[in-house]
Amino acid sequence: MGRETALSDRLWTTAIWALVIFFIVNLFAMVGTVLVNSLGTRWLGTWLPTAFTTKWYASAWNEFQLDQVLVVTFEVVGAVVVLSGALGVPAAYALARREFPGKKLVTLLFLLPLLVPPITFGIPLATVLYRAGLAGSMSGVILANLVPTVPFVILVMIPFIEQIDPRIEAAARVFGAGTARLFLHVLLPLLAPGMLAALLLVLVRTIAMFELTFFTAGPTSQTLVVALYYAVYAAGVRAGQSIDAMAVIYMVTTLVWLLIALRFVNPTQLVTRAKREHAR
Amino acid sequence: MTTLSGSALQAKVLADRPPLRLLLAQRGLDGVTLLVLPAVLFIIALFVYPFLYGLVLSLEPKVGDWLANYRRFFSEPFLYDTIAKTMWLALPSTLVNILISVPVAMRVRLMRRQRLLTTILVLPITLGTVLIAEGLLNYLGPQGWLNRTLVLIGLVSSPVRLVHNYWGVFLSLVVSGFPFTFLLTLSYITGIDASLEQAASTLGANARARFWHIFLPLLAPGLAITFCLSFVQTFSVFPSAVLLGAPAGVTRVISIAAYQAAYEQYDYSMASAIAMIMGFAQLLVVVLVLAARGLFYRGPAGSAKG
Repeated sequence: MGRETALSDRLWTTAIWALVIFFIVNLFAMVGTVLVNSLGTRWLGTWLPTAFTTKWYASAWNEFQLDQVLVVTFEVVGAVVVLSGALGVPAAYALARREFPGKKLVTLLFLLPLLVPPITFGIPLATVLYRAGLAGSMSGVILANLVPTVPFVILVMIPFIEQIDPRIEAAARVFGAGTARLFLHVLLPLLAPGMLAALLLVLVRTIAMFELTFFTAGPTSQTLVVALYYAVYAAGVRAGQSIDAMAVIYMVTTLVWLLIALRFVNPTQLVTRAKREHAR
Repeated sequence: MTTLSGSALQAKVLADRPPLRLLLAQRGLDGVTLLVLPAVLFIIALFVYPFLYGLVLSLEPKVGDWLANYRRFFSEPFLYDTIAKTMWLALPSTLVNILISVPVAMRVRLMRRQRLLTTILVLPITLGTVLIAEGLLNYLGPQGWLNRTLVLIGLVSSPVRLVHNYWGVFLSLVVSGFPFTFLLTLSYITGIDASLEQAASTLGANARARFWHIFLPLLAPGLAITFCLSFVQTFSVFPSAVLLGAPAGVTRVISIAAYQAAYEQYDYSMASAIAMIMGFAQLLVVVLVLAARGLFYRGPAGSAKG
């Protein structure tokens, strides 16, 4: 390699890092604006607000009835996490352990809800739920949110289960363990890390899931992200600072869980679903 | 083999014809397989059935014959323009994200500690589109930090208008889509066997030649998948098009039309028709891209294990 290529290589590298840094700086500045605005008294035409206060958090809390919204959010998210685990893990176990006719079709069935964006299937789904009298209530919101999370749990769990040696289960059977004991004492401890990872990701995704909740929620079953949307949509009625205070509360709720999740999961699994398992 | 329990073996010996249970077990159908049923029934009830219901509903319009909704959609510019507007937002932002992701991922793959960077990049995915829209409204606004900085360093004399128009939505799609595109691209690039690059290097290929002749052909099928997955996300843009764009004008995307039909005019039949058209339009793009993917090399890109 000549000196000329070395120089152009270095320029290229610098340009790429500049791009990454530019993106990250703008990202942080965007989040920072929300944070600063929520803490400022008045912020018009200056770099920073004239003074800082925390009063907007109190007013956001009261104005948007955040205590009720937060309770609803955690009830919905908790139910979604438990139910998608209960439906998804057994299905993943069957798919990982057995070859049966129609398995490809079943796999495709579980892939589709992840490939079709929520807006497209959300509208027909909401219509069906309205006909069934479930939309507008908490159960409707939970059912709608389960549609993408059950396949997600299945697809994340299959590789985890495949890497557990089936001879361990066979050994437990030989020693006389019934299905219930096999599950409780052998499978559950082995699957726990994978389940924890999958369910934490479901939790983060459900807190941030806007479309499905938006289509199915009624006034008493709004989650935080939908309440935030309505607040921004009707901006001007309320002080921008208290909307941003709510945005910060939302951000903290997701971030706490995200940071916990990232202790157990490789970040790329958030999108590629354990695809990099062998590449690591 | 848990399925070949003692009693089943006995039955096999005793009877001429093996019992049905054993026959099924041989084909992989036994108690364990049944565990898949609850999830399958759930997806059929809440995904497949609503989809078919929506399809039938879209063919039963409030007035007119069975194709009236679709005819109306393709005869009113207010409605059919939404497809072009959505494409005009979704295609460029997806392309930009891929064009940025490839060189950055090529560089990042050489890093030993990627965790912090990938963590930062995961942030926008979890923050969600609503928060990004609210953040960008503040940040890109006429008095936001970006415009103040641009004016301060003298790039522009007066603030640039970046919100409530096309660019606000475009930028929000880039911010929310880039991490997803990048992480996918990175996982494809790290899946390419490093010894291929070393071999090319030994034979005298420089970095540029290695990229164009080794990496890109191996990466192209993966990029096609990445494009499809990112495109499907950007095509269904909704909150940012309403909050950051001009929802009555340039950013009246197809999901807004579907939403208005369902929740403002309470015409669920029309809304279902729009949802079906939306699904079909994005499917068309995905099929085209995947067909183009067939033109590229397809085969093992990793080591012998694949």
